[in-house]
Amino acid sequence: MAALNNNPAEKKFIVAGLILLSAGFLFGLTGALQYILPGFLKQVFSFERTRPLHVSSIVFWILLCAIGAVFVYLQQHTGKNIYSPLLLRIQLGLFVIDIILIMVSYCFGVFGGREYWEFNPLLAIPIIAGWLLFGYNFIRSVGSMKNQPVYVWMWLTGIVFFLFTFLESYLWIFPYFSRHIVNDMTVQWKSYGSMVGAWNMLIYGSSLFLMEKISGNKLYARSKIAFILYGTGLFNLMFNWGHHIYTLPTHHYIQYISYAVSMTELFILGRIIFQWKSTLTAAQKYGHHMAYRFLWLADIWIFLNLLLAILMSIPAVNVYTHGTHITVAHAMGTTIGINSFLLLGIACDILQDACVPARLNTRLLKKGLQLTNGSLFVFWIALIAAGIVKSKWQMSTVKPAYFELMLQLRPYFMTFFFAGIGLTTGFMVIIIPLLRHYYRCIRQGNEEQDMMNQRRTEAA
Amino acid sequence: MLSQKQIVIALTIMLLCFLSYSSFIYLDLPVKGNDRYMSALEGKKVWQQYNCNACHQLYGLGGYLGPDLTNLYSKRDTNYIKAFISSGTTVMPDFHLSEKEKNQLLVFFKSIDASGKSDPTSFTINRDGSIEQ
Repeated sequence: MAALNNNPAEKKFIVAGLILLSAGFLFGLTGALQYILPGFLKQVFSFERTRPLHVSSIVFWILLCAIGAVFVYLQQHTGKNIYSPLLLRIQLGLFVIDIILIMVSYCFGVFGGREYWEFNPLLAIPIIAGWLLFGYNFIRSVGSMKNQPVYVWMWLTGIVFFLFTFLESYLWIFPYFSRHIVNDMTVQWKSYGSMVGAWNMLIYGSSLFLMEKISGNKLYARSKIAFILYGTGLFNLMFNWGHHIYTLPTHHYIQYISYAVSMTELFILGRIIFQWKSTLTAAQKYGHHMAYRFLWLADIWIFLNLLLAILMSIPAVNVYTHGTHITVAHAMGTTIGINSFLLLGIACDILQDACVPARLNTRLLKKGLQLTNGSLFVFWIALIAAGIVKSKWQMSTVKPAYFELMLQLRPYFMTFFFAGIGLTTGFMVIIIPLLRHYYRCIRQGNEEQDMMNQRRTEAA
Repeated sequence: MLSQKQIVIALTIMLLCFLSYSSFIYLDLPVKGNDRYMSALEGKKVWQQYNCNACHQLYGLGGYLGPDLTNLYSKRDTNYIKAFISSGTTVMPDFHLSEKEKNQLLVFFKSIDASGKSDPTSFTINRDGSIEQ
């Protein structure tokens, strides 16, 4: 298996992702400082620049690491090299150049101006081109979908739906869609809501593969229940996006469909509770495995965030939580606690395998994981508490001025900021050893290659 | 394990439903008679150009550093709004917008204000958990 992974391009996706994750934390902390020190860097680097820098770094961390993982695990699954390493390198090049351009454009005040994930529409073209290469390379590498386990279906679904929703998120460039704000926001949140589901498919698929690799149990990914859960996830990806826009004066049926569909997530929640005992048993069994620790923690965060998501999907509850920091708690809880933990577990597994003889110092990683998880919990609670305060303010008939609300929220923002420092430190304690290990492996590989070349020259 | 045929049938049905739902939304956008909103489009471009959404919300969607501006137009007079845009605040920088851009932004605010209410107190909660404005 290890011999199949000698092409470093897919690992470079993961390395680039880890660098972006570190940058994302740096921009996130700067943004958080702007909340507790009003006017901080206002003239040179105000919040409308730090926020997209933070969001794009994190989104690209998720995408790059997920792409790298799909290609590494696909080769391990099929036992063959990918169809075209050259296409993969071109895709990497397109993405890296484009990400640099996007980051630079923010610094110069060039924005796409859309809520959430935004950049100039021209900079979306290399991403679309790179994604098409990704899809083509993936489909040619898989060959046939016949009798494939659920994770291969999840990867394919993630690739197809990301492309669809990414293109859909640019429909606003046509006046037909953007002319009226309600029409524009309806289509925008239709695309973004499903896009998150699409990259989740890539991540969860790889996590399932990793779990199969750790446990050695090949039956689960081919079982009926695995396909039913995948179907439930896909159903929600397609129709559950409406909860973002319950308060928008759009069609009522969007609200009803989303409300009904999101309740199917209770099945996933119920299953997590039902399986809790076996999850704990597995944790005891595979706890020594570093990558498994990430998966196990992500399981806890899936439970917490799914509970929050289901509550927020009830329109009557959503009225209270919408536009408050409870939504941010959900977004950050899922991005850090679920997506980033799963991807770090995957990165750990893949980069650890980069060279078998040199072992990764897992003691440091465990400490980092403890700090990250503890800080994330404080971070999450601080956001929920801030959300409750804002919700009370929103629901009051006589509202004090917004700056007074911000003053009231200051203690929660301080807690959030210091927890953010803990999170960043924890993540760095994980990321730095991982990258050092990887570069040590590359150096070692280069030295071995040099020695082999030297021996060949001498023999000749 | 589910058979290959069962997986393909289930996925095809789901995909057809999704495509139909998407097409239906594109063809039946919530606000009709769009042409009369064209004048607000220039203001929307200004809104996007300065990335106002990073700090402000529209219908509760956007950043949290500044207030929701959906119904700003009916709450404050235009001179007050212009003064804020011109001078900035402790948190918001002065973006040095031209007079034309400020006026375009005002038309945009007027258009959003007329589109609905973002204040959650204006919603009615039904017994089935759904909401209505």
